[in-house]
Amino acid sequence: MADQNLVENDEPLLVAESLSKSFGRIAACRDVSFSLYPGEVLAIVGESGSGKSTLLQMLSGQLAPGSGHVSYRMRDGVTRDLSTLGEAERRFLFRTDWGFVHQDPAQGLRMAVSAGANVGERLMAVGWNHYGRIRDTASDWLTRVEIDTARIDDAPRTYSGGMRQRLQIARNLVTEPRLVFMDEPTGGLDVSVQARLLDLLRSLVAELHLAVIIVTHDLAVARLLSHRVMVMKGGRVIETGLTDQVLDDPREPYTQLLVSSILPP
Amino acid sequence: MTVMIDVTDAQKTFTMHLQGGIELPVVRGVTFHVNPGECVVLSGPSGAGKSSILKMIFGNYRCDSGRIGIRHRGALIDLATAEPRQILNIRRSTIGYVSQFLRAVPRVATIDVVAEPLIVNGMSRAEAQQRAGSLLHRLNIPERLWQLPPATFSGGEQQRVNIARGFISDLPILLLDEPTASLDAANRAVVVELVAEKKRGGVAMVAIVHDDEIRHLIADRIVDVTSFAAAA
Repeated sequence: MADQNLVENDEPLLVAESLSKSFGRIAACRDVSFSLYPGEVLAIVGESGSGKSTLLQMLSGQLAPGSGHVSYRMRDGVTRDLSTLGEAERRFLFRTDWGFVHQDPAQGLRMAVSAGANVGERLMAVGWNHYGRIRDTASDWLTRVEIDTARIDDAPRTYSGGMRQRLQIARNLVTEPRLVFMDEPTGGLDVSVQARLLDLLRSLVAELHLAVIIVTHDLAVARLLSHRVMVMKGGRVIETGLTDQVLDDPREPYTQLLVSSILPP
Repeated sequence: MTVMIDVTDAQKTFTMHLQGGIELPVVRGVTFHVNPGECVVLSGPSGAGKSSILKMIFGNYRCDSGRIGIRHRGALIDLATAEPRQILNIRRSTIGYVSQFLRAVPRVATIDVVAEPLIVNGMSRAEAQQRAGSLLHRLNIPERLWQLPPATFSGGEQQRVNIARGFISDLPILLLDEPTASLDAANRAVVVELVAEKKRGGVAMVAIVHDDEIRHLIADRIVDVTSFAAAA
């Protein structure tokens, strides 16, 4: 576990207050509140339609909440309500202090440009302009995510699914964000590729002191990566707590059902 | 004497919602304390709730009522009501736990599995690996295995890796769930030695041991869990 990340008596990085969102008559997300601290990994679990993706979109400022607020402590230490940020500020946040790892790497990468450019682009967005340094840093990051640097000039469309996902992670982490959102990051991958990716994510999260909000329907992923878990059903958080406590001693009927549905390894 | 663990009237019941909501009482009225440098052994037949009590002290199982007092950085904190973040901090710097089975991450080398608790607390990788190596030596895990993940090891080898990981840190509280269950005589003796060293270092321990000989060697006090049986 990435426990070294947790420091006592610090301030929350992100605070969600009574977040709700309806689509027509369907309440996709109802009254969700929590605080996320620096270095903390929170897993949001639940099956399809439980509202976890809607919640993730609101938390990452991609969808305006129907009601409630999300606030984020910026790098200058000031906590801002996301709804008060201008479009330019929001985009800057997204390119620098935040990352977003999509289930489908094609959504998070530019498939037709080189791997090096995919990583370097985030650096240029924060003002880097020295080609050599950008290329060196991109090359470092490919190594960190276990991609052969001989492939730096190849476009990700020539990569395997696992490599694409690792490249997407490199692209996100190169600007040293403090918070990374992940939406089913191991979703479409083979089991052996999943294990490698999870192990990589786990060590990067610990080394870089990352706070992570990860949406997954896979309880094994939640157990391996997260400190804390929120179980969602019908748009509500029905159970929350320390990950191993919720998974080993689930209280709610639905959580017990989820846990009992895991196939033994 | 400063009490390290102070459990008062703790109670645990499982409600099995998938089995028509039947209640499975585990323990109630659990009350005992552990001083520094003392090893308290929980005794009782299988199913009496020994492991559940250990898991409640680690914060892995919830406690329905009562108090699980843990001395963390000088203050007695009630783990039964602590926030998840606080429990994680307590686990990092106060409570170690040697579970019955090793739950390791795929792909991580044995030496790193063992060294991790030290690295987490800020020790350099080189020094942590050195200490991990000497502990693995003592527990008779041959050096050629250190770079391999423990998933393919035998049950006894995995258990020794687990013990090394649990004993490597200098945490003031250590919980041991059947640490010698799958070990041969030579390795059981090493564990007895390790426990004795922890006692000299002032560590408060709670252990579950079925082997009468080992129990006799490590127990300072025995707490009979059958007295906490939750009569249904």
